[in-house]
Amino acid sequence: MLGGAVTHGLAVAESGDSTFRLDAQAVDYLIVGLYFAVVIGIGLLARRQVSSSIDFFLSGRSLPAWVTGLAFISANLGAVEIMGMSANGAQFGAATFHYFWIGAVPAMLFLGVVMMPFYYGSGVRSVPEFMRRRFGTGAHLVNALSFAIAQLLIAGINLYLLATIVERLLGWPLWVSLIAAAAVVLSYITLGGLSAAIYNEVLQFFVIVAALLPLTIVALHKVGGWQGVVDKVQPGPEQLSSWPGTDLTGIDDPVLSVIGIVLGLGFVLSFGYWTTNFVEVQRAMASNSLSSARRAPIIGAFPKMFIPFVVIVPGMIAAIVVPEIASLKSGSGDTGGATYNDALLLLMRDLLPNGMLGVAIAGLLASFMAGMAANVSAFNTVFSYDLWEQYVRKDRPDGYYLRVGRLATVGATLIAIGTAFFASNYDNLMDYLQTLFGFFNAPLFATFILGMFWKRMTATAGWVGLVSGTAAAVVVAILSEDALGDVSTGVIGLSGQGASFVAAGAAFVVDVLVSVVVSLMTRPRVEAELTGLVYSLTPKESLVDPDEASLPWYQSPVKLAGIGLVLVVVLNVLFA
Amino acid sequence: MSEETTRRTAGAFDIRYVIAGLIGVYGVILVVYGLFATEDAELARADGFNVNLWCGIGMVVVAAAFAAWARLRPVVITQEPAE
Repeated sequence: MLGGAVTHGLAVAESGDSTFRLDAQAVDYLIVGLYFAVVIGIGLLARRQVSSSIDFFLSGRSLPAWVTGLAFISANLGAVEIMGMSANGAQFGAATFHYFWIGAVPAMLFLGVVMMPFYYGSGVRSVPEFMRRRFGTGAHLVNALSFAIAQLLIAGINLYLLATIVERLLGWPLWVSLIAAAAVVLSYITLGGLSAAIYNEVLQFFVIVAALLPLTIVALHKVGGWQGVVDKVQPGPEQLSSWPGTDLTGIDDPVLSVIGIVLGLGFVLSFGYWTTNFVEVQRAMASNSLSSARRAPIIGAFPKMFIPFVVIVPGMIAAIVVPEIASLKSGSGDTGGATYNDALLLLMRDLLPNGMLGVAIAGLLASFMAGMAANVSAFNTVFSYDLWEQYVRKDRPDGYYLRVGRLATVGATLIAIGTAFFASNYDNLMDYLQTLFGFFNAPLFATFILGMFWKRMTATAGWVGLVSGTAAAVVVAILSEDALGDVSTGVIGLSGQGASFVAAGAAFVVDVLVSVVVSLMTRPRVEAELTGLVYSLTPKESLVDPDEASLPWYQSPVKLAGIGLVLVVVLNVLFA
Repeated sequence: MSEETTRRTAGAFDIRYVIAGLIGVYGVILVVYGLFATEDAELARADGFNVNLWCGIGMVVVAAAFAAWARLRPVVITQEPAE
């Protein structure tokens, strides 16, 4: 998911009081069961290859780029993405495309082209570790702690949504579903470490596509093709164009709405999330060479461009053909207690025959497990390397940290179960917590990009910039109408996504200003310590692979990124 | 022949075989189910479109493509396996 701020209000305010069940038969259970057997099997197989902590945490840096590239987006293709974005599609229509074409792809390309050489080339094992080498322990502690806590929170939300699907499918009580789902994720990560998580993410990607692509095709067939969507979408044609997206942002002025989307979502939130979030970057770091690591997010950007067609489009169609969602949208008729988050499930219930229904259920379960596994495997790395090794027990043998990592995985899963129970009781609070953690993301990009390109930036500026940027976002959220629920005062007339975009923008600007002012007042670091971390102090040849010039065009990160950029511009124009 | 000690293929652990296996089995199940077990009521719900049959065929094709790719371009692991 793209930071809490973006998906505010979607994640946990899930199924409401609706009580529909998916009518699964033996064949559906067989298909779901097969999927789980393979997932556990991958954990067992991967275990044979884990012999050191680098194997466990970074897959021995041995994976090909297409694997890490698919894992890169699969790690993000969790519950919030699938349920949240199809819900957004049902409610807002084509404006939701912004979360992919503005809010993800450009930042993924930027990560591959500009930032990955610093991450991979400097040999750090995590994003917070880069922070520590560049800015010392102040900024590192802020980053590592906020990241670790946020991961536990999001893992809990993914687990909760996973358990609600199991509950809906099997009729098990929520707590049994929670523990069963957690046990599966735990077993494959502790057995195989990151390799198992990544291999499963790649498999999950294909299972998710195998679930959503047929659903989309059947739904399009049902509604009479794309022309059917054009004719029938309610309340009218504004649902078909992504710009200016005033419904989505809640900003009435179209020009300001566009600015909010481009700068708030497209620049600050998206770059903050995709380029500094270790859940994502960890996947690319597991690559077998610098050019593979750079290609991972760029390769991932291509499927990412097309995921909205199998997530948002079915959501839009659900609002036409599913009676409950159509009633919800028109504000009249019987909604049966359904919310927009049920759009995809109801569409499956109405359109898919037994058999294909099983594949669709397996796909959703796969997605939610992918999300949770990604959170847990990023958490255990940051916990072991950045918190435990750095601040608690230094200089132990490698095997010690491997054990810490496995224990951290168990601990994280137990905490996620607790968080999920909490989420089932306090929906709204969880939404606000997510929003709050999104604010830790917002200023990160400012600090990283300044730190990478401005050697004068000091260690003090690193953590002071982060803290004041986050504080600025929180202040804007408190002044807005509803970004933080009852805590918000409504002093400025912003609500919904627009408030999040503006809060993120404020975080970025304040972070940059404070960092520059503090840097000029404090003593810069010795230049020799910054080699590999700052652009002007790093030999240019260490930022590219030695054999990069001889790579064919389809393996060159920069050329691939150029193609991706052209494609995403075309998509934006087509659906403008 | 000394190459065999330093270079081996990933074999069954190649993720592409796992993808091909799972999606392929799904495809076969759906095709069989689509041909023999889909009731008229379910066909009518999708306006006569046999969802299981066609999705199953699609999955079998995708699975075959993955298996072919893995077979034609095997992953070669160059270092000595850790025993």
